[in-house]
Amino acid sequence: MAISFNATQNSEIAMAFYNKIALEQMRPLSRKYDDLEGELPSEWVDWWWETGRKGAPGKLDGESDGFIQVCMQAEELCFGDAALYLRMPTSALGGSAVGAAGTAEQKTRFLKPFNAEGGHPIWGAMAITEAQAGSDASAIETTATFDEASDEWILNGQKIFCTAGKGASTAEGGFTVVWATLDKAAGRAGIKSFVVPANTPGMTLVGCEKKLGIRASDTATLHFDDCRVPRDHLLGSAEVKRKDKKPGGDKGFKGVLATFDASRPIVAAMAVGVGRAALEYTIEALAERGVEIRYDAPAAKLTALERDLMEMEAELQAARLLTWRAASLISRRQPNNLEASMAKAKAGLAVTRITQKAVALMGPEGFSKKLLLEKWMRDAKINDIYEGTQQINQLIVARRILNYPSSMLR
Amino acid sequence: MIDFEPSDDQALIIETVHQFAENEIRPLARDCDEAGAIPHEVLATAHELGLVANSLPESYGGGGEPNAVTSCLIAEELAWGNLAIAVGILSPTLLGAPIAAFGTQDQRDAILPKLCGTDYVSGSIAVTEPDFDFDVYRPRTSAKRDGDVYILTGTKCQVPEPASELPFLVTAVVDDTLQGFLVDPDAPGLTRTPESNLGMRGLRTEEIVFDSVRVGEADRLGGEAGADMRSIITRGRVAMAAMAVGVARAAFEISIDYAKQRETFGAPIATRQSIAFKLADMAIEIDGIRLLTWEAAWRLDHGLDAAREATLAYQQAKQVALIVADGAVQVLGGHGYIRDYLPEMHLRDASGFASFEALSLV
Repeated sequence: MAISFNATQNSEIAMAFYNKIALEQMRPLSRKYDDLEGELPSEWVDWWWETGRKGAPGKLDGESDGFIQVCMQAEELCFGDAALYLRMPTSALGGSAVGAAGTAEQKTRFLKPFNAEGGHPIWGAMAITEAQAGSDASAIETTATFDEASDEWILNGQKIFCTAGKGASTAEGGFTVVWATLDKAAGRAGIKSFVVPANTPGMTLVGCEKKLGIRASDTATLHFDDCRVPRDHLLGSAEVKRKDKKPGGDKGFKGVLATFDASRPIVAAMAVGVGRAALEYTIEALAERGVEIRYDAPAAKLTALERDLMEMEAELQAARLLTWRAASLISRRQPNNLEASMAKAKAGLAVTRITQKAVALMGPEGFSKKLLLEKWMRDAKINDIYEGTQQINQLIVARRILNYPSSMLR
Repeated sequence: MIDFEPSDDQALIIETVHQFAENEIRPLARDCDEAGAIPHEVLATAHELGLVANSLPESYGGGGEPNAVTSCLIAEELAWGNLAIAVGILSPTLLGAPIAAFGTQDQRDAILPKLCGTDYVSGSIAVTEPDFDFDVYRPRTSAKRDGDVYILTGTKCQVPEPASELPFLVTAVVDDTLQGFLVDPDAPGLTRTPESNLGMRGLRTEEIVFDSVRVGEADRLGGEAGADMRSIITRGRVAMAAMAVGVARAAFEISIDYAKQRETFGAPIATRQSIAFKLADMAIEIDGIRLLTWEAAWRLDHGLDAAREATLAYQQAKQVALIVADGAVQVLGGHGYIRDYLPEMHLRDASGFASFEALSLV
């Protein structure tokens, strides 16, 4: 091992594959499905289901960049279109949850349909957020009670901001992983996750949000009214370990939260993809009009435009490298809670600023819907909010660097 | 394969240099800043450790092939101890690295053995000029050919640790290209004036005026073939970026310690989000500039063009160092402003990166 920035051949091939998809399959649909907010982008969804998912380059012999390659894939596809990426028929975050906490049998049962030949597109989703519980997931009020008689879990409550929740709750074969509490008095230790298959009676799709950006992504509200799922749809153990019993007793909840350590670098990579789309476009458009960035000019001679573009480039690359570092720790099976939050905080903010600046630099053209810059600006902002806001990630970073438990810094 | 983990060798180097910085450099930081000089002992000790000549050729007694990434790791640790002392310790590289890369056989034989000898001997490079719009690639200092000599005219400033038995390297424009000249400190027509600066005060610097100074053909770096001085500047920017990481980290760590210990209204200020979030941002930005710097250095080591990456890393690093040092002064409040604590020095030192942009210390 040594410090190296040399992407493997595996990564290069994968990036080229996803870049082609981004430019040929996604970009031409960007404007259409942003305007048609919430409508199923069927050209894209069907193409992915029938063609795209089967063409993914398999792993070659030789070295792999591991989880960094996963981040590169997310970056390339979001360089194409972040909203269409979120609408891809995949198991998504629901799949990550099953992968992280499910048994081998559960993984096979719930994830296999996503690799099945033929059929129709299906989605996986994760439902965590509630009206009163966002980043403070321990405030979750959706309940799960076990019914001995029928050997089933009964879910009651309402979830909001569930990405891909419409597809996952309505397309037969998909599923939503729902976080619910077995025992409110137990706090975080009482929270468990349950796999709820699409169209399970008692689960209702209330509707989808109208949003600033990522409009092609279905952000659903799901209502659970005596929604019953079999006993073996619980991910992990049913045991509620009270935290007052012994230190570290709420490992169950920590295990659930650990999925964020893997998902945050991906979201950071998604942010970098959107930021790159805006920055590359701006640099190319300005270059066509004679604006060249002089990397060798003295500070006093740089134009404001050059200075802005250089800062945007440096910020984007810093975000990308912090993301890859957090990802590399996953490949090494080392803790990355700190690094994942650093990457997410940096990328979310950097890309928010980069895309806003790109709109400003291009003036009236940037503001016009003739270009995609305004869309990328709207799409970028979500990266500083979902999967933990900027502030939540600052909080996590601060606790880590200060070595403070959450009780000392809230 | 992309990886961010130093090799075992590098990890050992980091540990060794960090211990040296902690035990030998940091305790001298305040005194050097006040006195405007670095004690010879610390330079000599660093020299004995092999830190100075680590990147100079083995055949002359140096450490071997230059590795920019490893040099960045060393530079960060040394600068963490104290920026002025770090530059002082590595100053032989300012002269040695360009000569090792581009010098003629005679130039190498004359200078490298002295830099790699048993005693510490400072080296220096005169790059910066006293103009707000100074252009490191196109300085106003010029060298004009006159028969078998060059006539050097111009003004350089903030020339670090110039008092040496060795010539210093001066950048100048010859026929529209940037070149380097080895100039005798006692050459006729050369006037040297000691300076006093805002930061890096331990480092002695001078303004040097060249009034038609005659330099022999043989003293042009690389002789007739000349030298790729642009690559020296790129290396310099990477070095400065690595040092900026070190200064920022030093100020950050002091902020963490202080914020955990200082109490207001019955609790440490680190438990307040206004302070804690500032510290989190510092940590994120410092890691960001470190990775940018490593990437630029890695490109140098792999023979890739690194001018753009070095410039971006350097610009970002000097900005972050300033923001972090200022943040440290703010976290310490009144204590940050008084000279009993180091952050005010870090703030002054970090300002220096705007001026010392191309010290080729890696």
